[in-house]
Amino acid sequence: MADSLLPAEFADLEPYAADWCLATETERYGKRLATSMQDIQAFYDAVVSRAEAAIAHCDRFPLDAMPEDALNLLHLLYSMINVSFCVEAWGQQRVPDTGAAMLDCLIEPVP
Amino acid sequence: MSRLPKPPEGSWTEHYPELGTAPVSYEDSISPEFYELEREAIFRRAWLNVGRVEQLPRKGSYFTKEVRVARTSVVVVRDGGGGVRAFFNVCRHRGNKLVWDEFPGEETSGFCRQFTCKYHGWRYGLDGALNFVQQEGEFFDLDKEDFGLVPVHCEVWAGFIFVNLAREPEQSLHDFLGPMVTALDGYPFDKMTERFYYRAEVGANWKLYMDAFQEFYHAPVLHAKQTPAKFSTAAQQSGFEAPHYQLDGPHRLVSTSGIVAWELASDMRKPMEDITRSGLFGPWDGPELGEMPPGLNPAGCDPWGLDSFQLWPNFVILIWSGGWYLTYQYWPTSYNTHTFEGNLYFVPARNARERVAHEMAAVTFKEYGLQDGNTLEATQMSLESRAVTHFPLNDQEILCRHLHKVAADWVEDYKKNHTEV
Repeated sequence: MADSLLPAEFADLEPYAADWCLATETERYGKRLATSMQDIQAFYDAVVSRAEAAIAHCDRFPLDAMPEDALNLLHLLYSMINVSFCVEAWGQQRVPDTGAAMLDCLIEPVP
Repeated sequence: MSRLPKPPEGSWTEHYPELGTAPVSYEDSISPEFYELEREAIFRRAWLNVGRVEQLPRKGSYFTKEVRVARTSVVVVRDGGGGVRAFFNVCRHRGNKLVWDEFPGEETSGFCRQFTCKYHGWRYGLDGALNFVQQEGEFFDLDKEDFGLVPVHCEVWAGFIFVNLAREPEQSLHDFLGPMVTALDGYPFDKMTERFYYRAEVGANWKLYMDAFQEFYHAPVLHAKQTPAKFSTAAQQSGFEAPHYQLDGPHRLVSTSGIVAWELASDMRKPMEDITRSGLFGPWDGPELGEMPPGLNPAGCDPWGLDSFQLWPNFVILIWSGGWYLTYQYWPTSYNTHTFEGNLYFVPARNARERVAHEMAAVTFKEYGLQDGNTLEATQMSLESRAVTHFPLNDQEILCRHLHKVAADWVEDYKKNHTEV
């Protein structure tokens, strides 16, 4: 499939790829706040069950020379980590009682 | 009753009798007048950390630091000889800010062979020397030798770049840091070059945020929901005690014992911690770092958790037992606002699995930091009501007591020296 974002063996995660393969923390945190808990839960459930296989797949390549589809998969894992707090801790998108607080990530490792 | 031993005086606080045990006032955090005094008394006298040497990878690398509390901008640069220098960010011609992009109040960084003023094109070398004046012949008796950039005292310790804005610092950086902090010499900060950098504008006095991160008494309560119910219930029941507190001049530290996360029952952990083998304390599979310096883990805890070194006035180095570290900086912007900077530093990930573990630690850091940050704005608002003026501090909050005392001492000392003149 020429227009798939993820490696072929992760075709089951492809429905989530366009939304959650995001390269920066700012995009991932923004997407999290803008997504319904129902959709977050669905994404979380789908990717958690494939997380170990996904990490193992990404591990086959040097970090500084990852093929595009593996890099997308890695970004998907970062999104999984970000939304895990909504599912595992908060039951909502935002950290409770943080209406006025912000903490912007301005520099992060690439990838 | 406390579970961990305390000093012979019966408490950490009484071990340092100059601190007293009385309730404290936070007037120093809600008073515009006190803030005006802090500008000169603290931020133009103390050594201030502005970054690390890795931010200046080669000759000509530079960054600017806005120190608004001192009404100053500093440019820090790697000079032609490989040394680190700092200058006041002011063109000697008409006083334009020399190095900035787009917005004069925002910090910038980059690489250059020389600094060129945007206004009339005066050019300065990396050593600060004035090298070029547009239409030099139009000036009167202008000797370029006399118009180099004004240097800022700048010294490096363990890769951390410090500046001192005083005309003549009262102490060298090494003397200022003192034996407790410099006992960290030899820690492999230079190997931990993978960096996450966070920034926040916080609606609270800078000292109140320092207070938030220099006691962990709040952790089982404020952060309860970060952990599974079984863990947070156990944590609240046992409460928090640190095995070691230490003061050294204006600096202070707290050391904690650790939890071996992977030895806990799995229902004490979140599923994502198991998937990523990481969490608040960092990656479970940390790097092999060799022998540690004597200043680390001063109580000899096993398992050890972290050491949080609170460097006067506004800088924190927090070293985790898992082989990574955090820094915090608190830059005042008014009596009730400041800019918070947080950095996470890891030994660079060698593969995706390690990188995923770093991501988990970084995301967890932000979830905690957001909770801490928002609480502060609420504290600032209610303190400013002055409905209550004195507040008790317990023994686990000794470092908060010390910070406010040091701030008062430095301001008092400054006032005394300036009324005698």
